[in-house]
Amino acid sequence: MAVDAQTVEKLAELARIAISEETIDEVSSRLGDVLQLVDQLQAVNTEGVEPMAHPLDEIQVLRKDAVTEPNRREEFLKLAPQTEAGLYLVPKVID
Amino acid sequence: MEWEVVIGLEVHVQLATQSKIFSGASTAFGADPNTQACAIDLAMPGTLPVPNEEAFRYAVMFGLAMNAGIGKRSVFERKNYFYPDLPKGYQTTQLEKPIVGAGQIEIHLEDGSSKTVRLHHAHLEEDAGKSLHEDFHGMSGIDLNRAGTPLIEIVSEPDMRSAAEAVAYLKKIHSIVTYLGISDGDMSQGSLRCDANVSVRLKGEEALGTRAEIKNLNSFRFIEKAIKVEAQRQIDLIEDGGKVVQETRLYDADKNETRSMRSKEVANDYRYFPCPDLLPVVLSDEYIEQVRGDLPELPDAKCARFEKDYGLSAYDADQVTQERATADYFEQVAAESGEPKLAANWVMGELAALLNREEKSIADSPVSAVHLAGLIARIKDNTISSKIAKQVFEAMANGDGDADTVIEAKGLKQVSDTGAIEKLVDDVIAASGAQVDNYRNADPDKRPKMMGYFVGQIMKASKGQANPQMINKILKDKLDALL
Repeated sequence: MAVDAQTVEKLAELARIAISEETIDEVSSRLGDVLQLVDQLQAVNTEGVEPMAHPLDEIQVLRKDAVTEPNRREEFLKLAPQTEAGLYLVPKVID
Repeated sequence: MEWEVVIGLEVHVQLATQSKIFSGASTAFGADPNTQACAIDLAMPGTLPVPNEEAFRYAVMFGLAMNAGIGKRSVFERKNYFYPDLPKGYQTTQLEKPIVGAGQIEIHLEDGSSKTVRLHHAHLEEDAGKSLHEDFHGMSGIDLNRAGTPLIEIVSEPDMRSAAEAVAYLKKIHSIVTYLGISDGDMSQGSLRCDANVSVRLKGEEALGTRAEIKNLNSFRFIEKAIKVEAQRQIDLIEDGGKVVQETRLYDADKNETRSMRSKEVANDYRYFPCPDLLPVVLSDEYIEQVRGDLPELPDAKCARFEKDYGLSAYDADQVTQERATADYFEQVAAESGEPKLAANWVMGELAALLNREEKSIADSPVSAVHLAGLIARIKDNTISSKIAKQVFEAMANGDGDADTVIEAKGLKQVSDTGAIEKLVDDVIAASGAQVDNYRNADPDKRPKMMGYFVGQIMKASKGQANPQMINKILKDKLDALL
């Protein structure tokens, strides 16, 4: 099953990935291969099988409500390209 | 054409846990930016979330208070979108298997009527950080302290039919979460926020109209105004032959209008999938029953008890129980003074006005419950009149001490001495020849009303301290003796 160029462009936008004109065909065919694999999986008879939310048949362990993390702001800020007044700076976002 | 407004609300409530939903970073409000954003909140590679058990307990408490089903096996999913205040590129939330299922609550309207609003579900999720758009050389500043703060998102059915009903519903949710103590409910700090889905249809029509979603409403007043103005916009649009578009809109309080947030429309595909970092959370029946057993008395139950035990009217009981702190304050005043009806009047009257004027919560009330009870006791035993009591109340609010201290210091004790009151009455009668003649010549039916003038003069002469019942009696006897 092929994925058309329009769908590839939409997926790329949703994932914020840049895909050049020249590679669209290749990406399209590779995504098609993945969907083919999904088709194969969907063809398996799963009657009577409970859907799982996770491949491990385990349940989540919860933690106590306690503050255990110290303030490591200065270390984290150093990793960012631009900071000011303790804030991470990003290109202007406003609605 | 008669239009009907249809409203459904999505309410976000920040849970009052110490730490975040998936990390051990603090959730305290007002800290310096990014001092409470740890590696997990920042989505550093190699980190794994571990859910906070208290967030689950709070969500279960809420579900039980809403008469809702509890999801014994709940699953976290990833809601994928890109925004700088969301470092992971997805919000960890619940979709298919939320912690709280369908439920319902009763809301109380201003006219005294009640209505049931159905809850679609409520789920646990993490809050995002904050973007600051002040001038950072044309850039935005990101504070991730709030990222990962636990929220419950409470989704109603589209059961509300007016802005007033939407506000009543929201007030009920506010009341429930603060009674439960699972949130501070402080709307000014964003602890409780609301998105409103608004549509209109002709009255009597079955099908729902196309809805617009108004985002991020953070005060009861704005919610009411935003819904009203948005409903009117849709009605005008349709009546002019236009069509409502399904979209996200923002309420501008300064202009009192809603406007389209076009940027949100592009990425309306969140591609949810179960979060592989988190396993299903399973809660046992015993656990749920234990939480149920620990629930405090809720507003409806407290309201019914106040009506029964204190003889309050349904209206008074509802007013006084909307906030847990108010209900506790009232109960203390009622118990200490032994006068529940007077206590309710004072709490909802003078005290509410004072707090409103000084923009204080009842927890920071300048007049304590004990002091108010002391004041009411002095009204009850006729030491002061209700009118003088207001003066004493103001003095207590200014920190002049308890009622007895103020009454003593200002010499406000009610004059109930027969001789003294007789003298006041005689003086006023002697100085009011014309009015006495009028009284004498008037029709007997009109005379009681004419006494008002004399009572006013006597009160004035006594600086408001003469016992009004005694004035009335002595004055009537003396005037009638002149007939």
